[in-house]
Amino acid sequence: MAIIDQESKKHVKESLIKGVRYDGRKKDEFRPIEIRTGFLTTAEGSAHVKCGETEVIAGVKMAMEKPYADTPDQGILMVGAELLPFSNPKYESGPPDAVAIEVARVIDRGIRESKSLDNKRLCIKAGEKVWTINVDICPLNDDGNLIDIGSMAAVAAILNARFPCVENDKVNYKKKTDEPVPIHRIPIAITVIKIGSNLIVDPTELEEQALDARLTVTTIDDGRLCSIQKGGMGTLSIEEIDKMIDLAVHKSSEIRKLIKQE
Amino acid sequence: MDYNKRLDGRDFDELRPMEAKAGVIKKADGSAYFRMGNTVAYAAVYGPREMFPKFMQNPKKGVLRCNYNMMPFSGAGERVRPGPGRRSKEISAVTDKALGAVVDLIDSPNAVVDVYIELPQTDAGSRCCGINAAAIALADAGIPMRDLVSAVAVGHAGNKICVDLDYQEEHLPEFLEGLDDHDVADIPVAIIPSTGEISLLQMDGIVPKEVLMKALHKAKDAAMKVNEVQRAALREKFASHIAENGNSDSDNSYNENGYSNDADATAQEDTDGI
Amino acid sequence: MGLLAKDKQVAVPGDILADDLGFIPGFGTYRNGHNLMCSRLGLVNVEGKVVKVIPLSGKYLPRRNDIVVGRIMDILMSGWRVDISSPYTAVLSSKETAEFIERNEDLSRHFDLDEYIVCKVTNVTSQNLVDVSCRDQGLRKLRGGRILKVNNHKVPRIIGKKGSMVSMIKQATGCRVIVGQNGTVWIDGEPDKENIAVNAIKKIEAESHMPGLTDRMKTYLEEITGVKLSLNDGGDYNGLQ
Repeated sequence: MAIIDQESKKHVKESLIKGVRYDGRKKDEFRPIEIRTGFLTTAEGSAHVKCGETEVIAGVKMAMEKPYADTPDQGILMVGAELLPFSNPKYESGPPDAVAIEVARVIDRGIRESKSLDNKRLCIKAGEKVWTINVDICPLNDDGNLIDIGSMAAVAAILNARFPCVENDKVNYKKKTDEPVPIHRIPIAITVIKIGSNLIVDPTELEEQALDARLTVTTIDDGRLCSIQKGGMGTLSIEEIDKMIDLAVHKSSEIRKLIKQE
Repeated sequence: MDYNKRLDGRDFDELRPMEAKAGVIKKADGSAYFRMGNTVAYAAVYGPREMFPKFMQNPKKGVLRCNYNMMPFSGAGERVRPGPGRRSKEISAVTDKALGAVVDLIDSPNAVVDVYIELPQTDAGSRCCGINAAAIALADAGIPMRDLVSAVAVGHAGNKICVDLDYQEEHLPEFLEGLDDHDVADIPVAIIPSTGEISLLQMDGIVPKEVLMKALHKAKDAAMKVNEVQRAALREKFASHIAENGNSDSDNSYNENGYSNDADATAQEDTDGI
Repeated sequence: MGLLAKDKQVAVPGDILADDLGFIPGFGTYRNGHNLMCSRLGLVNVEGKVVKVIPLSGKYLPRRNDIVVGRIMDILMSGWRVDISSPYTAVLSSKETAEFIERNEDLSRHFDLDEYIVCKVTNVTSQNLVDVSCRDQGLRKLRGGRILKVNNHKVPRIIGKKGSMVSMIKQATGCRVIVGQNGTVWIDGEPDKENIAVNAIKKIEAESHMPGLTDRMKTYLEEITGVKLSLNDGGDYNGLQ
């Protein structure tokens, strides 16, 4: 677990009060984003997102499985994220800790609650067989803002994914069809962090460590909110939440455009 | 019927196309990317650093700790459940031994050098690809080592010794009809290039001893080709060093006290007992 | 027979640098039969018959007399534990401070957790236990300011010959800068100027191996800050006097 260095935290705050972010960005500015898709031969869909120095890969694997008992005619979507010790010295090997689990669940809920996926179209035979779509997010280099960037990668990978061929009732992973995943909305997660009285987006690792509180807001294409998560030990006033949501909605349309371009 | 022409058209002694890059993960102390055909591995090295849990510390020298992991979407078929399975743990252990043979951690008592190998995509030969990436990453991290380690999997399929098997060759009877029912043997080997010593050797399959010995010689030759790619990746990282010198400005041999760096380096010479 | 590597060439572990017993293995090399081999990624340095490899990477290993910037990570019975960005932490004894500290005094009133200090390495044992001291002139707590961690092998370039490089940065940005041998740099000034200093140091780190760096940095800093710079002897560039 990262130990927060109080002196550095103070200095980040003081600089922000004077309107300066360590890397010279504006408070509502994202780092340069690069998105690449469809480069993994073993995954049904894949995306690689680079935002500043944070780099994340997401891969989609599909399988035919039994549906859940309470939703016999619906397919299953599962989004997982592992905070690999590979990507940052502060992570340790072993089962995912609370931080890792929160990242995965916030991204998962953002996509799930957006109801972007037409689950019924994933049904093959009600009660017996449905498609499951597993999206796994693996950070390569963690310099902050894994939730937003991981979510971008997950959504881009889902958009890139094509169903594998089914032959004799079995999946042939070597051949892909042209059929995309039935997704009709693009959910975008934007995390706004509060340091002192400053609200900023796309925090670097250092800024994340200095935060008082954060709010992750996931929106759908028409600007409506579908998922919210507050984090951090500090509190937020209603006015602050108001502002943070506005900022998140504003940024989400920029990001949505980038993902659609891929 | 024998295996006369390889499925992807390669010569029997030919490796798949390789690609390598050093320093790809900024947060790590050393890192690398290595590709052999469609098998891709990233390696990140952290250390030497303080070792936890403390009871695992070795007061005589540093510990090397390798961790091999396949990303869930990297398998040829279904999703691979995340988390260390038995196969990953075993590969981590043999990787440890393969690299431990060259690394010298005498100057880092009680510390650990963590090597993380992650594969986003595999097509056979993954443990060798991982070792190749890890060797570059260890050098990139400035870990003292007497040489790199270069690994390749050779196989015996359809009565022929094939260098650098891919997934289809590992399962040849499924992909080639009429093949005599000879077992396919898969033999991953890791070599220390300067001495020819073998630091990793495993085998699955049925072969007569002569075949194994021939395979080992082929592996050695193939590993030298891997080694060239590894060295090139490390040199490339500092490409502009080459041929540029003589300018008094590029004089980086002074430290803050105006003493030549060499003077400080002498303090370390007596620990160079590899 | 003879020397196979050129001075200032990049060497990779396992490279044969010389195949002649007449050459003497220095730092970063070892002997294997007749061969002199490389054991660290770095630059070849040949001086007479001694062949060394100057490392380009690797964690900071503390050496006696190094001036380092560290962070107080723990308060002990009679001193403090200091994080010096190394695999090994250091201990600052309460007897090694500039001010006299009485027994049973609350140590956190002198140096508290997470505070940064500039100190000198006084002893390193065979097990890499490290002692530091704040007794000498100029060694002290660093108040305020921003910390940047760089590759410790680039520190000589960042300091420059006789401090010329770092004093250019100080002139241009008006910031106080202390460069620790351990690669931890402390910068204190106006936030926007601190950013300029940080970017300049990162540029030096990235281009350290390319010649003409001092002139390039002079131009770079003059363009960004508008301050006309003079290349001079840095003197006490760490501001410790």
